[in-house]
Amino acid sequence: MKYVEEFRDAEKAKILVQEIDKLVAEIDIAKERPISIMEVCGGHTHSIFRYGLEGMLPKEIELVHGPGCPVCVLPMGRVDDCVAIAERPEVIFTTFGDAMRVPGSKKSLLQAKADGADVRMVYSPMDALALAKKNPDREVVFFAIGFETTIPSTALTILQAKADGVENFSVFCNHITIVPTIKAILDSPDLQLDGFLGPGHVSMVIGTAPYEFISQHYKRPMVVAGFEPLDVLQSIWMVLKQIKEGRAEIENQYARIVSDAGNSPALTALSEVYELREFFEWRGLGSIDHSGVRIRDAYSVFDAETRFAMPNIKIADPKSCQCGEVLKGVIKPWQCKVFGSACTPEMPLGALMVSSEGACAAYYQYGGVKKREAVS
Amino acid sequence: MCLGIPGRIVAIDDARKKLATVDVSGVKRQVNIACVVSDDHPVEACVGDWVLVHVGFAMSRIDEAEAAETLKVLTELGEAQAEMEAMRLSATG
Ligand code: SF4
Repeated sequence: MKYVEEFRDAEKAKILVQEIDKLVAEIDIAKERPISIMEVCGGHTHSIFRYGLEGMLPKEIELVHGPGCPVCVLPMGRVDDCVAIAERPEVIFTTFGDAMRVPGSKKSLLQAKADGADVRMVYSPMDALALAKKNPDREVVFFAIGFETTIPSTALTILQAKADGVENFSVFCNHITIVPTIKAILDSPDLQLDGFLGPGHVSMVIGTAPYEFISQHYKRPMVVAGFEPLDVLQSIWMVLKQIKEGRAEIENQYARIVSDAGNSPALTALSEVYELREFFEWRGLGSIDHSGVRIRDAYSVFDAETRFAMPNIKIADPKSCQCGEVLKGVIKPWQCKVFGSACTPEMPLGALMVSSEGACAAYYQYGGVKKREAVS
Repeated sequence: MCLGIPGRIVAIDDARKKLATVDVSGVKRQVNIACVVSDDHPVEACVGDWVLVHVGFAMSRIDEAEAAETLKVLTELGEAQAEMEAMRLSATG
């Protein structure tokens, strides 16, 4: 077990893996087919690959890497909209670093920058607001991406912009929400999932109550999980224990950060500024009802979509890309025809290769995750 | 972006706007602390708190031991360096 030694609590990990082995041996369905557990969050995907956790698990467990990486699910058309805004001479376009290299149909933001557009990397939407204050003769646009973990940050920034009377600041909102996404996955006929690892930091904001439908309606267990290797292993054990006992509940392994009710100031800011969109387009997954938010009318002066004319064209993903199938867990990254050949982290074709939280990049970076037999 | 990074609130910069300076492994930057402030825990009480910082916003209070563990894991994951690099390079000028 060469992977275990890499992290400090090798002993605890070994014990957990033994407990997982024991449980799996007692689960009947595991004798017929693998038990599939989806980690919804890209942070978990990253931990799983980085620590080789898949290789430590018995072969009866299949981890399905879900769509929880905001950069990875950005559709090409939205990237084209970014480029169109960024190329306006009056605009300073600000973005998180991860989003710079996501391919659009013609170029990425990085290429637009090389071609002369004023694209700047910021760490925080607050930095974009500060830029707007320092450059009153320019239009500063912040490219807002992310699930509920980052939605409150742009909501609070818009509230601050309003309080400060900043007129040359707007947000291009591409925020997405987790619950409709999980529902779409559960409704997808391609996919048979036995349980979920719930996202840690999205849940820190929304709490655990919004997931109840997963256990009540779909009868699947979910365990909200932390990001350390031991957190992930323990959460997998908790999911398996529920399966073994025939329970489907929402459990919280990450209670040190996540409360059942979530973060109330964050939720208040979120619903003050944002409302649900009827639908939002995802790369690879198509349109998902109510899966995105937009800026409410009361704050529309801060909405880049009202301030600028956008091409807003739907662009089909390149034919050779199989990002959608990977996102839904139907195929593994290395089964994509262009994985590692036409699509690499240096020259990404699909967005799953761009971010270190994307399954393809994580797999590419940390290499062969083999099942335990192959290792020992 | 999604993993965040632990830091310690070392000063309140603007109590009304809920802005504070956080020290993240020696890198200091201003963050918004609105999400960790409540009636029971007003702005002034936040100095010394360890918090999990996501894109310039303190999103959760954590204890010191938890902060140390998390930083260690993030360093192993290569996320801490990337996050601090992003803080340093962020365009504000
Ligand atoms: S290898 Fe590239 S094109 Fe294929 S699924 Fe992964 S990111 Fe998409």
